[in-house]
Amino acid sequence: MRRFSAVSGRAVPIDRENVDTDQIIPARHLKRIERDGYGPFAFEAWRRDPEFALNDPVYEGATIMLTRSNFGSGSSREHAVWALDGLGIEVLVGVSFADIFKNNCFQNGILTVELSGEDIDHLMGIARKTPQTEIVVDLSAQTVEVVGNGWKRSFQIDPFHKYRLLRGLDDISMTLEYVSDIEGYEQRRDNASLPSTAVSPQTNVQWRSNH
Amino acid sequence: MTGKTLLEKIWETHIVDSPLQEAARRDALREGGALDDDNMAGERPDLLYIDLHLIHEVTSPQAFEGLRRAGRPVRRPDLTLATVDHNVPTLARDQPNPDPLSAKQIDVIQRNAEEFGVTLFDIFDARQGIVHIIGPEQGFTQPGMTIVCGDSHTSTHGAFGSLAFGIGTSEVEHVLATQTLRQTRPKTMSVEITGELGPGVTAKDVILAIINEIGVSGGRGHVIEYRGKVIRNLSMEERMMVCNMSIEAGARAGLIAPDEKTFEYMRGRPHAPGEDNWGGALERWRQLPTDDDAQFDREISMDGSSMRPFVTWGTNPAQSVTVDGHIPHLQDVAKAERESAERALAYMDLAPGTPIREIPIDRVFIGSCTNGRIEDMRAAAAVVKGKHVARGVSAMVVPGSGLVKRQAEEEGLADIFIAAGFEWRDAGCSMCLGMNPDVLAPGERSASTSNRNFEGRQGPGGRTHLVSPQMAAAAAVAGHFVDVREMIA
Repeated sequence: MRRFSAVSGRAVPIDRENVDTDQIIPARHLKRIERDGYGPFAFEAWRRDPEFALNDPVYEGATIMLTRSNFGSGSSREHAVWALDGLGIEVLVGVSFADIFKNNCFQNGILTVELSGEDIDHLMGIARKTPQTEIVVDLSAQTVEVVGNGWKRSFQIDPFHKYRLLRGLDDISMTLEYVSDIEGYEQRRDNASLPSTAVSPQTNVQWRSNH
Repeated sequence: MTGKTLLEKIWETHIVDSPLQEAARRDALREGGALDDDNMAGERPDLLYIDLHLIHEVTSPQAFEGLRRAGRPVRRPDLTLATVDHNVPTLARDQPNPDPLSAKQIDVIQRNAEEFGVTLFDIFDARQGIVHIIGPEQGFTQPGMTIVCGDSHTSTHGAFGSLAFGIGTSEVEHVLATQTLRQTRPKTMSVEITGELGPGVTAKDVILAIINEIGVSGGRGHVIEYRGKVIRNLSMEERMMVCNMSIEAGARAGLIAPDEKTFEYMRGRPHAPGEDNWGGALERWRQLPTDDDAQFDREISMDGSSMRPFVTWGTNPAQSVTVDGHIPHLQDVAKAERESAERALAYMDLAPGTPIREIPIDRVFIGSCTNGRIEDMRAAAAVVKGKHVARGVSAMVVPGSGLVKRQAEEEGLADIFIAAGFEWRDAGCSMCLGMNPDVLAPGERSASTSNRNFEGRQGPGGRTHLVSPQMAAAAAVAGHFVDVREMIA
């Protein structure tokens, strides 16, 4: 995974509550077997509206996306994060993010920053009125700063997540360091009654419910 | 000492690295200079063992590709089960797939299953079906387990008292490689439903009422445990329905304590514990329910006796009203939600004040991991028996699995649907998310038993109203929404 340090750039405002992952990437575009190539389909339906922020050339090259609350709700599709990555987004700054979406961002080295509704109002206002304004998100310092006007806020982040993002550590390699713990667990769990999916040819496929 | 909740009991029995071990390891790393403590002030989230990993064709290809690139095997193929459900056609399966991209995904999961030694219920297997239908159906889903899947509706399995939640593809790869996940412990939330449901009021109406009450992010960061008399009286199928839509309230998962009904449902299923292990398993399962003196982080209570059938009018599952109501006037919507309500009404092409019962529909979809089980088929069939789908309405029933389909055919339900003018399809996710050819045309309006009414969910420009199977069946016959309580009276 890539390392995350500080990101500085323009912010594109997505000023809607409860943006679900079906809007970020519609289901019919989930048929690819690769992790890339989703950017062109990001917010496909909303992009038909000429007023939608992503259609405004002034936000081209934005690395920060401003969002409201419960962004990324609904489907667990990681393709939504891959689509935002495809747009060049490196940080999402919003009021709150849906649980699975937030995990998916983290897995892809994209930072989610949560600020208060008032702070988001302020940043949305700046992004709309003076879209060229540079905003800096610094993970080490845990701050969001509007360059030039002294506006600065701190944000909270799970220390483990911060540690991982700063170093770009691979989650699977880290967990595999615990393989002896995993083996130990596997020996002590109730293997006799817990189900196995190793289906024998004798499995009765004719079985059906009588309930 | 205070007691524990069901969630805490499952969580604690699945921690692979205890905090003590972890602290010792961290000290060792720090001494060796491999860890700088300023960045690791907090504890790592727990490493949880995963008892069952369900996979499907859409969210797994990139995970297997990741394993291949890193030269990693699937750690426990015997705890992994694959099926195809999201983009399989529900018609003419013996013909070549009309969509080359879907065909490729189906082909890729077959090759991955073979290469990595994972059992696959493929498109021609009688047990094929929606991943959240087949787990419980086959007895793989059991109380006290941890279950994950690259699908948000994994919460369904919580109906058995198992901690089940959706994950993204990177986490799918992590589970394939390690059979574990590092997770922050969610908060606990108790949702108690008291009283008794009236006739025609279903589990679907219960969960829609809950989501209407707490909102689409009301459960964020929490695992909801559904409790109370109404929940205890629900069948296992109905409990699965309630847990299924936990994610629509933003919850990490839903849980219902296992009881005699749970055990009765499971006994004799192909992968449930056999007679030799049944007693031991039962003893373990009986320890699971939340202790009387346990504390939840948050508790709410609702009266089930006053619940009525719900219909969603908007573009998220909290935007709903009872069938005897009308499309809300914007001034009656809470100020914070007014803008999204206005957008939703524009998208749905609905005027404030319109009675729900006057909304005409074009399509009816009965199926999905939410309402594609045998009881749903029975409930819908009971409403349409001897009646016919209204002129101009196109209606389809898509059973949740091949076995549900077969059982419905044996019980004569398929004949009832076909005689009433419904299409009777093969198992899959189908029009719940429109990844296969089953989609709404732009502007079409559906009564759907699925779980999401998001913009474009069932096809670009399509308009979805979420309802129970009974309400969908009644709407199919009438051509508009009707109060199913009047039809069954």
